[in-house]
Amino acid sequence: MGVEVRVEGLTKSFGGHAVWSDVSLTLPSGEISVLLGPSGTGKSVFLKTLVGLLKPDRGSIWIADNDLPRLSERALYEVRKLFGVLFQDGALFGSMNLYDNVAFPLREHTRRPESEIKKIVFEKLEMVGLVGAEEKLPGEISGGMRKRAGLARALVLDPEIILFDEPDSGLDPVRTAYLNQLIIDLNQQTGATFLIVTHDINTARTVPDNIGLIYHGHLAMFGPREMLLSSTEPVVRQFLNAQRIGPIGMAEEKDADELQAEAASGVELPPLPPIPLQLRPSDGAPRRAEHAPGAWCRENGIAPPPGSFS
Amino acid sequence: MIRASGHFIAFSLDTLRGLARRPFQVREFIQQAWFISSVSILPAALVAIPFGAVIALQLGSLVRQLGAQSFTGAASVLAVVREAGPIVTALIIAGAGGSAICADLGARKIREELDAMQVLGIDPIQRLVVPRVVAAMLVAVLLNGVVSVVGVSGGYLFNVVLQDGTPGAYLASFQALGQLPDLIVGEIKALLFGAAAALVASYKGMNAKGGPKGVGDAVNQSVVITFMLLFALNFVVTALYFQLVPQKGS
Repeated sequence: MGVEVRVEGLTKSFGGHAVWSDVSLTLPSGEISVLLGPSGTGKSVFLKTLVGLLKPDRGSIWIADNDLPRLSERALYEVRKLFGVLFQDGALFGSMNLYDNVAFPLREHTRRPESEIKKIVFEKLEMVGLVGAEEKLPGEISGGMRKRAGLARALVLDPEIILFDEPDSGLDPVRTAYLNQLIIDLNQQTGATFLIVTHDINTARTVPDNIGLIYHGHLAMFGPREMLLSSTEPVVRQFLNAQRIGPIGMAEEKDADELQAEAASGVELPPLPPIPLQLRPSDGAPRRAEHAPGAWCRENGIAPPPGSFS
Repeated sequence: MIRASGHFIAFSLDTLRGLARRPFQVREFIQQAWFISSVSILPAALVAIPFGAVIALQLGSLVRQLGAQSFTGAASVLAVVREAGPIVTALIIAGAGGSAICADLGARKIREELDAMQVLGIDPIQRLVVPRVVAAMLVAVLLNGVVSVVGVSGGYLFNVVLQDGTPGAYLASFQALGQLPDLIVGEIKALLFGAAAALVASYKGMNAKGGPKGVGDAVNQSVVITFMLLFALNFVVTALYFQLVPQKGS
């Protein structure tokens, strides 16, 4: 289970203005990756490009032997069946209740009898904790519930690749924590490849196996979680530790004068905070893609900040 | 402008291709046909009565000035069946049905429902647009019948009761000049107008952007564009009709 997604030299622009260019990364099969970036850097655009909703100007997206941007319309619809996508607001069909929403992909794509559909739908609704709300319309429930229902619908065809567009936006910290745990548990149960697009650093620090950071129109860094959390690269360090000091300013990047002034005033960057432990599945059993805490740091001879992994 | 027209034509061709693809969404089609007729029958009938009457009044006084009272019937019936009927139908379909289609699809677009549908492997054109276009075409043809009947009866009533025309002359002159192709071309116009209205509304709705305001703008544009398109289309079909079909008594 789980499919590798290989992105090579991807470039996308709107009206002559490049959103990001030359993005290359590999989402390892079965692992959880997070894509971070300041607001407005085109993270959602990246996600939509990845499922073929937007066409890139240049570059390839390899899924198994298919280069997504070059597929015919019909082949694209076939490859899309590998994907489950959780949109920002859940993107539920407003005219259907939750049950019909979750059952929709099954009714459209399979010839299963209604009794079997019912079984699958309730299984997925139970996974996201929505049993009892299946008669409700999307307009009648809270944003968090809509997100979870959207997740249930994304899961119903047993996708190999699951994409999350800001799963934590508009959720309170408790709900975010529950959702993050759910993501970890789902990865353990399904073994699918996960990509989460977010700007919540807490999620980025504790959930994924890999982190990528988009900044100023390019991919600043992509690699194992411990690599980025122990990195002293200014942009990565500033973003992952939510600091004001560094190259990112209020409006995109700071200009040279500001940076110089910052350097001249002699502000010391605070030391890197300890790397937290990764979230574990709630039943205690390991995930297939799980790495031992600190393994990457040991392999690469990097001393993690003091107090890490405890 | 040229790019937008190109996109629209590509969209229309996609819809045509979707029409041929199975399974046809029967349920969605019936729901839409029912919905469009429910919002358009009453306004269409209410517009058709005064429309027929105005034509009867105008023509009534005009033909009297020309000294051709005996042809009032022919003139007003042909005007209603050939022109007024399809145009009234189209305006109602575009104003009532098209705006609703555009608002519905636009709202789905900005809520990312259409994206979600595509990701779930379902083509929104085949699933949503094709049934709407077919439904609008069917309702336009049927509605055109209603409008013609109501308009002709309105005209008859006004001519006979208010302008002291004779019922016999009214019907006889209509027999003398009218022919079956008049009705057929009226229905063809209605069919084309229904398709154009639904296509423009769907296209505008599916390309709405910029939040709720974008949906409002899309609905506004779709109604304006449809009206312009319909009158242009009407001119073309009418010109073709007179070129291709020989007229009685000429």
